[in-house]
Amino acid sequence: MDAPAERKKLAARDFKSSIKPIWCPGCGDYAVLNALTKAFVELGRAPEQIAVVSGIGCSSRIPAYLSAYGFHGVHGRALPIATGLKLARPELTVVVTGGDGDGFSIGGNHFLHACRRNVDLTYIVMDNQVYGMTKGQASPTTAPDWEGSKLTPEGTGINPFQPLVIALASGANFIARVSSSDPVNIAQIIVEAVRHPGFSLVQVLSPCITFRPEQQEWRDQVRTASVDFTGDAARAARRLMTDDGFNVGKVLFKGNRRPFAPDAASESCSVTELDREFEV
Amino acid sequence: MGIDDLAGVGASSADAQAAQAGASVSLVIAGSGGAGVVTAGALLLEAAAAAGWFAWMTRSSGPQIRGGEAAAMLRFATAPIHCHDDCFDLLMAIDWDNIERFAAEIALDSRSLVIGDQDLGQAHESLLHSGPRQASLPLKRLAATVADGRPNMVALGAIAQLIGLPPPAMRQAVQTHLARKGQAAIDASLGAFQAGFDHAADLPPVRRLAQPQAAPSARWSITGNEATGLGAIRGGVRFVAGYPITPATEVLEWMAPSLAKVGGVLVQAEDELASINQIIGASYGGTPALTATSGPGLSLMMESLGLAVAAEVPVVVVNVMRGGPSTGIPTKSEQADLNLAVYGLHGDAPHLVLAPVSVPDCVRTAQWAVHLAEALQTPAIVLTDQAMGQSRAVIARPEAATDGAGRELARQTGDGQRYQRYAVTASGISPMAIPGTPGLAYTADGLEHNEAGTPSSRATDHQIQLDKRSRKLAAFDFGKQWAEIFDAQAGPGDIVIITWGSSTGPAREALERYSAKGGAARLVSLRLIAPAQPGPMAQVLGGARRALVVEQSHSGQFYRMLRAFYDLPRELRALHQAGPLPIRPGQILDQLDAWRN
Repeated sequence: MDAPAERKKLAARDFKSSIKPIWCPGCGDYAVLNALTKAFVELGRAPEQIAVVSGIGCSSRIPAYLSAYGFHGVHGRALPIATGLKLARPELTVVVTGGDGDGFSIGGNHFLHACRRNVDLTYIVMDNQVYGMTKGQASPTTAPDWEGSKLTPEGTGINPFQPLVIALASGANFIARVSSSDPVNIAQIIVEAVRHPGFSLVQVLSPCITFRPEQQEWRDQVRTASVDFTGDAARAARRLMTDDGFNVGKVLFKGNRRPFAPDAASESCSVTELDREFEV
Repeated sequence: MGIDDLAGVGASSADAQAAQAGASVSLVIAGSGGAGVVTAGALLLEAAAAAGWFAWMTRSSGPQIRGGEAAAMLRFATAPIHCHDDCFDLLMAIDWDNIERFAAEIALDSRSLVIGDQDLGQAHESLLHSGPRQASLPLKRLAATVADGRPNMVALGAIAQLIGLPPPAMRQAVQTHLARKGQAAIDASLGAFQAGFDHAADLPPVRRLAQPQAAPSARWSITGNEATGLGAIRGGVRFVAGYPITPATEVLEWMAPSLAKVGGVLVQAEDELASINQIIGASYGGTPALTATSGPGLSLMMESLGLAVAAEVPVVVVNVMRGGPSTGIPTKSEQADLNLAVYGLHGDAPHLVLAPVSVPDCVRTAQWAVHLAEALQTPAIVLTDQAMGQSRAVIARPEAATDGAGRELARQTGDGQRYQRYAVTASGISPMAIPGTPGLAYTADGLEHNEAGTPSSRATDHQIQLDKRSRKLAAFDFGKQWAEIFDAQAGPGDIVIITWGSSTGPAREALERYSAKGGAARLVSLRLIAPAQPGPMAQVLGGARRALVVEQSHSGQFYRMLRAFYDLPRELRALHQAGPLPIRPGQILDQLDAWRN
């Protein structure tokens, strides 16, 4: 839906709120915040037609920093809130933001089923492989030998969660990975993700320079993926088998599954007519 | 084959007593899987309703997922009823397989008549402790006299004969029920019914009901779970998310197709955490929303109920209670989630807890809960239970009711001021902007916030918002609906019974019996459990010197809650017993009588 004709062309700053982020200087999430505002401009939607839903964690603070409708809920439950909102108000653009702990650990079950259900949502996960808000514990995407947390001083010893593999296997309709070091690309991919029907996952490699300072090297480790997206899930799966997590910048998979969108508008009887089935 | 009066009681005083026409008659049909118990119960209820009687039916079954022994417990009456009687007048055993599993639920006394097919064995001794009369009816052999005849239909014929149910009503029910199966099936059933009806003329008598007078057209046949769903839709609910759980699933199963008809949506969620958060999302979007669950599910939802309080998003959670804790007794009733519903939220979290006082009241209370949640922008928990939710009742048509304005919406002002989502108001209610409204975009937040919704950990903001959220409920006029009051004919006297939920049924009946004996007493059933209403309660208690608290929980949860929030008469007794066996009216009457004497 386009903005009303009389409305002036919006700029990225029109989608920013006056609230100053709590993030550390150098946090990758700033790039995602900026990219979101640019993407909203590109999408041409008015702020009131957009809702950004999040859970808990550093990156989940994003809704308050935007000038759009927002919901900052409880830890791990952003996807169900967004699902309810989108199904009740299908005309809204609903974007979900959060981190790896929120989305893949406490919210892991909702992630599986959001991919499966394929509601028309865009899920942007800022993955920094650490719990930043609680001061640096291992997350589900942390490498097993990371010894930087007092909670797991000898590392977790368990293999990391593979968000893109799980998303593909669970039925997500759009899958991409981007890097916070390329905000222009993030905005482009977000626009594509929002425009693609169904459930879209955008994984953003977004370094935590406070608890994972070594992640500053990601800037040099990432590379633009060598091939364009595929609509073939088997081919996408094969690519993921040889993926080291640093192929970014392009869409991996675009499916054509029909989004889950029950028709709320088809009213066939009045409420009083429901009484009839109970009449003796 | 004639009637064989096994107990040899003959035309005894028990027979004479049993034969007295009464205001109600109670019976159980029991049998093994495939015996057609459930069908028989449904047909009997349908016929009784068509004949103009009021009815109450519960079912019990063995632990098997499908099949297995079952019992249909029915009570018919010439006036509205809200529970089972103290005892059953008749037990009709289609066979005896595993019937002892139901023994505790089938209360009998010396006036009761136990009928079974002698060819299939004898009544289990667990059924005979109270010394009921016994008789045999050759169900199987009588069924064999009709082509494709079945024993359950023979049993229905006998029951109709014994309790005075007009055969045309049963014939009509059979025809309606079996229309799809064709004329041969109808003829077989009617033939078997007639064989049972004729043969039972010589059986020892049980209580007979007077012929109905009222026009049955004004009656409904409905379960508590259906009634709750209907009330929610009447209240405006158009989005439901839910996860299957016994005994709440029927609320969802009834709502799924019904919501679709009125332009709503139901989603089967991946778990209860998703259910509650989906409805919070839908409601944030402006659509009144509900979920239904039972104790374990409500426990899972607690964190997000706190979110709904803090972010001020109205939602309704129907909790159909079952025996707990943990998986407990999923198929049976208990009123033991009261503490969870009232105290289960973290932080100081003012919210609503409501409880229907009867099956028909599920319609009204669910509707009111939606209205209150919407008007006060906070979650409402509606506590019903298995006994209420899964019972089917034939009731007088519930009256339609209106509740006035619901959610107060924020409108675009155009004055350029930033929208204050959590603005401090005298009522504590802040107009809510719905996504799509230009100029009012805000972020709903479970973090403490200032009036604009900006996260804040300042002591003053916390105090202001806590005060505001608490004022919403404290300042609201809940009116007379907070409780149902029933007085004996002789007036309220100085005894008051205080109860809630499905314990109200037996308490009402106890009061009626006490009243019939000339006793004076008052019954108060709380429809609004939280927030507490000490002012209105003080008025209702008036000069009562004695109070009897009645509830179905092991620890007396309701009694303790009353002690915490209300000034109660000094002479205070509590009748609190664990589920799953229902509280019987006679138990409550005994307490009242003990006080009187």
